[in-house]
Amino acid sequence: MGDTWSRGGWLGQASPMYGKEHMSTGQRRLDIEEIGGVTVARFVDKKILDETNIQNIGNQLFALVDEDGRKKIVLDFSIVEYLSSAALGKLITMDKKVKTAKAKLRLCCIRPEIYEVFEITRLNKIFDIKSTQDEALDGI
Amino acid sequence: MAVHDQFEVVIPSSTEAGQELLERVMGRIESLESFSMKDAFGIRLALDEAIVNAIKHGNGFSPDKTVRVNCTIADDLFRIEIEDQGPGFCLEDVPDPTEEENLERPCGRGIMLMRSFMSKIEYNPTGNKVVLEKIPSTK
Repeated sequence: MGDTWSRGGWLGQASPMYGKEHMSTGQRRLDIEEIGGVTVARFVDKKILDETNIQNIGNQLFALVDEDGRKKIVLDFSIVEYLSSAALGKLITMDKKVKTAKAKLRLCCIRPEIYEVFEITRLNKIFDIKSTQDEALDGI
Repeated sequence: MAVHDQFEVVIPSSTEAGQELLERVMGRIESLESFSMKDAFGIRLALDEAIVNAIKHGNGFSPDKTVRVNCTIADDLFRIEIEDQGPGFCLEDVPDPTEEENLERPCGRGIMLMRSFMSKIEYNPTGNKVVLEKIPSTK
């Protein structure tokens, strides 16, 4: 096998079974992929509204920094159609963890209606948001 | 105005019951031509915030408390009343989440989002009941 196990799952390919230890935080809510040393986390849910779901998402996001020590993270919102304020809260907490860990976080592929939510709440000033995944990966 | 749906329900203070209510309402809204996709997006977001506020912040997820909902869906108006059994709150005490010092707070944006996406939002004096209204954007 050419791929390498790291704490938390495979490196170098999309891993639907990412992080068996993270299964204790609920069903997998993120698809994780490593691209050129950058962790790309893609949300699997179209609607990030449910409180329990948001808790699980938060735990799985935080684990990327707290447990896996990842330094470059891109959150891909391609599939996300709805996002509640509680989900925004988890993103803010994630951003704080990333800054504390001196890591980097970028968001990408946010639909216009979701981006409007970031604008209304002025969170577009907090997060580093790029239009495409390529732009997010470039120079992170 | 043509009223397509009008109902009153009492739901328990659980996430599952809240989501079920949300999907019931949105199923109806999304089937009507009078509400655009953008309207539906805003209603879903605002409604989710209001339901979560009632269940989580109002009733504290208490199994002893319920949320009463009265909903009217018509061609030219969506109106919903959501009343919890909690102590209420003072709207003036909710800080502006867009102020610089509040930007990095993980909570406190629900009411702002409701105001942004609905035509009208009104709380009773106690703060345990909210009325949301949305007039279709084509009207």
